[in-house]
Amino acid sequence: MYAFDIERPSTIADAVSALKAEDSQALGGGQTLIPTLKQRLAMPSALVSLGGIGEMQGVCMSDDGAVCVGGATTHATVASETANSYSGLSGLASHIGDPAVRNRGTIGGSLANNDPSACYPAAVLGSGAEIITNARSIAADDFFEGMFATALDEGEIITEVRFPVPEKANYQKFVQPASRFALVGVFVAKYADGVRVAVTGASEDGVFRWSEAETALSSDFSASAINGLTVSADGMIGDLHGTSEYRAHLVKVMTGRAVAAAS
Amino acid sequence: MPKDSGVIGASDKRREDVRFLTGRGQYTDDIQIAGQAYAAFARSDVAHGEIVSIDANAAKAMPGVLEVFTGEDFAEVGGNPAGWLINSRDGEPMKEPKRPVLAHGKVRHVGDAYAAVIAETPEQARDAVEALNAEIKELPAVVDMKAALDGGPLVHDEIETNQCFDWGWIEDNRAATDEAIKNAHHVTTLELVNNRLVPNAMEPRASTGIYDPGTDEYKLYTTSQNPHLTRLLICAFVMGIPENKLTVIAPDVGGGFGSKIYHYGEEALVLAAAKKVGRPVRWTASRSEAFLTDAHGRDHVTKIELAVDAEGNFQAFRTETYANVGAYLSNFSTATPTFLHGTLMAGNYTVPNVYVNVKAVFTNTAPVDAYRGAGRPEATYSLERVIDKCAREMGMDPVEMRRKNFIKPDQYPYAGAAGLEYDTGNYDALMDKMEELADFAGFEARRKASEAKGLLRGRGVNAYIEACGIAPSNLVGILGSRVGLYDAATVRVNATGTLSVMVGAHSHGQGHETVFPQVVADMLGIDAGSIDIVHGDTSKIPFGMGSYGSRSLAVCGSAVVRATEKIIAKARKIAAHMLEAAEGDVTFEDGNFTVAGTDKSVSFGEVAFKAYVPHNFPLEDIEPGLEETAFYDPANFTYPSGAYTCEVEVDPETGKVTIDSFTAVDDFGNVMNPMVVSGQVHGGLGQGIGQAMLENTIYDENGQLNSASYMDYTMPRADDLPFYTVDHSCVTPCTHNPLGVKGCGEAGAIGSPPTIVNAVIDALQSGGKDVTHIDMPLTPARVWSAMNS
Repeated sequence: MYAFDIERPSTIADAVSALKAEDSQALGGGQTLIPTLKQRLAMPSALVSLGGIGEMQGVCMSDDGAVCVGGATTHATVASETANSYSGLSGLASHIGDPAVRNRGTIGGSLANNDPSACYPAAVLGSGAEIITNARSIAADDFFEGMFATALDEGEIITEVRFPVPEKANYQKFVQPASRFALVGVFVAKYADGVRVAVTGASEDGVFRWSEAETALSSDFSASAINGLTVSADGMIGDLHGTSEYRAHLVKVMTGRAVAAAS
Repeated sequence: MPKDSGVIGASDKRREDVRFLTGRGQYTDDIQIAGQAYAAFARSDVAHGEIVSIDANAAKAMPGVLEVFTGEDFAEVGGNPAGWLINSRDGEPMKEPKRPVLAHGKVRHVGDAYAAVIAETPEQARDAVEALNAEIKELPAVVDMKAALDGGPLVHDEIETNQCFDWGWIEDNRAATDEAIKNAHHVTTLELVNNRLVPNAMEPRASTGIYDPGTDEYKLYTTSQNPHLTRLLICAFVMGIPENKLTVIAPDVGGGFGSKIYHYGEEALVLAAAKKVGRPVRWTASRSEAFLTDAHGRDHVTKIELAVDAEGNFQAFRTETYANVGAYLSNFSTATPTFLHGTLMAGNYTVPNVYVNVKAVFTNTAPVDAYRGAGRPEATYSLERVIDKCAREMGMDPVEMRRKNFIKPDQYPYAGAAGLEYDTGNYDALMDKMEELADFAGFEARRKASEAKGLLRGRGVNAYIEACGIAPSNLVGILGSRVGLYDAATVRVNATGTLSVMVGAHSHGQGHETVFPQVVADMLGIDAGSIDIVHGDTSKIPFGMGSYGSRSLAVCGSAVVRATEKIIAKARKIAAHMLEAAEGDVTFEDGNFTVAGTDKSVSFGEVAFKAYVPHNFPLEDIEPGLEETAFYDPANFTYPSGAYTCEVEVDPETGKVTIDSFTAVDDFGNVMNPMVVSGQVHGGLGQGIGQAMLENTIYDENGQLNSASYMDYTMPRADDLPFYTVDHSCVTPCTHNPLGVKGCGEAGAIGSPPTIVNAVIDALQSGGKDVTHIDMPLTPARVWSAMNS
């Protein structure tokens, strides 16, 4: 780890201001950033911790029935606070990493990092959620721009994520054995106006929607509805934990299981 | 029946766990020395390269930097030697390149250290390492063993074929084995890979070097399984320090699994640096350094053939193995694939012909050496996989095929075809117990229940034998060992009757501090709580060879017994004097010396006090004091054996394997502490399951380690493991050591990998899949690929 300064703002405005300094870096739960620093793979001049900003903490319901999660809310809090309001999201949050990760890692940090194998991007894209920042609102469909790339501008902070609550949803994760990130994770959500299927872990372009499955499931929300579909291995990740063919195969298997388990 | 506490056979709770579980362990990195400076190493990021130049001027000018060392500074000091000399089939001695303290001329694997910085703080040392201006010209690397032998880039320019040796065992058996295979009714052939493993001890390696210019004495705190062996290697081979001027202390050590047997260059560096800068110098490996530089394990590529007659009687095993030794020879790296592997290739069986060929190959990878089981897991895996394949090809039940070929209890001592003479065993009894505990009768019903869930259930079995209690010095000397493998103990009875027992064995998780006192307490009839073990400090303990190869109890424990017997003998003389009786009339029982047939007696404690307060003492016949040392060198290896079985469920959609049950039945000879033994088996099973299911060390073609962190290297976690059924009630005591013990530390890691692979193959075949072999680890991706290829 190289030496750095740490700022602990208590308001979003102060955080935005602090992030204007050159080479400063926002710190969410630090579950990716801190190991990166320890390996001397990054050299920020200052870390701006978002953990002390009260207005970015916790879960509430909006007037229109959306589940609103503060950007600095830990996975453990999301898991417990959404158990009744959005069980599909709660289930996903409760299986990220291990207890230490869940009690440190935050939804905003995960989304801003957009690891191609992270769980949260699947929930956000699969729910058609809205990402609120200090500057604007970004639709999930416009937010994810490929591996570790998002629509966020330099210094822009995710302050809140608003999830429309579906009729049914489920997330199925097939873990990469070592990291236990998703080798393939599929989030399926059934809304009144159609089904959304979001896949993480599989694609070289990061999280994506499997539109053929969405179409099939929108007309028949049953696992067998996707039997006739195939997933191309083109563009899927192939690495020491699985070939692109294996990942493509798992996309279909996990989708079917998510549909069967949706509640 | 379980006995009371504090005696042989009792499940005493591990006394060392009090400090381990409450954070009071004292590991090398916990021991802070006043005035200490810190070392950081510059390590190669290419697998093979020529060191053109190293400009340290900028680094030396960095804040806090005290000194910079490069390979040039150690060009004149000795190399870290291989502990065993292996001769090739043609009689030529193995190729033994120098292994320098710091790389000199060339770097030969990613992580190879070519410079070191000493600074006031660890951060300053790392900063200065980054400021070193090293020009390293990358050379083509060789990772694959067959490519290395087939004209690949030379790891050591002077070793023209990259071959360390081409060893045959037993060369005189080769023709008969070839003939038996040529004429056999059936020959089963299997090609397999025994996957390379990273040891991953919980505590990374660490060393602190201290030098006192006032006395010219060095002291080294280090993470070692064998402080005396480390001292010997540093003094006699590497640095030339007089042995009486170096103390090596291995304090609490957080696991070794073999990787901390060996002397590493960092130990020599911190000693040399301590003298040069006049300050204690410490170094603690990062986890990344551990992945890149700890001696790895396994890494064999093997072709094995099994010849059988029409009834399934084994006629011959023939093995051709390529063993990766990495870029340099680690201390036991030449023994592991040869005498710890080839000699076990007859297994538990009455096979008449065995021939083993091992070619050891240099590659641009980290050194490979003994890792929990060391050669015996490789042997067992090859044997028990090919036997299973043969049984399927012959249409025989795999259990019956093994039983048909077992050495029977009335055949001991049994001289096997691979050169070892087994003293005892009863393999059918182990199989009987295994079948009972694992409910073999209920398997078909369980298989149907799995099928109803859409899962494929399989059952695997395995019989293993290992050679432990390493080792008889006379035998290993003939086989090429450059060291003896006895052990030693000193029993010091204090004046007040408490005991300090100094042992050559080193406990880094084994539980010696609990179990050795049980043995002594049982012999002396005193409270085990009044006995403490001292280990790990060469200035305190007699010259023993440390702990590895399941040897602590069988070898060092035997030395403890012999020393305690000497104590009893001397104490009896003192007691006879105190009781005014003839020595021959004095009996010793339950801690009391008694004149036979009378009520005249003195306690052990009273005798101890007399020994140190020798008033009215027959000084002309008996020396004061009560302290005895014994060295013990075994007559033979010990031969633990076992029968393992497991049941797995395979998800045919994903290839995911779940271990539903695992039953390990072992014959460890007499058991001193059943709880500790069960714990050792559990740990070994965890590592064996790790190898079979999860762990893999992957270098790319350029020699970069792709699985260099826990993000990509899968360690077994609790939820990867089943609840174990462990049994060690089938006992055939070792015939040649005083406790009748065989050793239990490695069994689980030896017996479990083939058990699991056999079970998965059984599951896939039950589902109609034509899969006869999958190389470990059986990750979901690999199993799915095998099912769909």
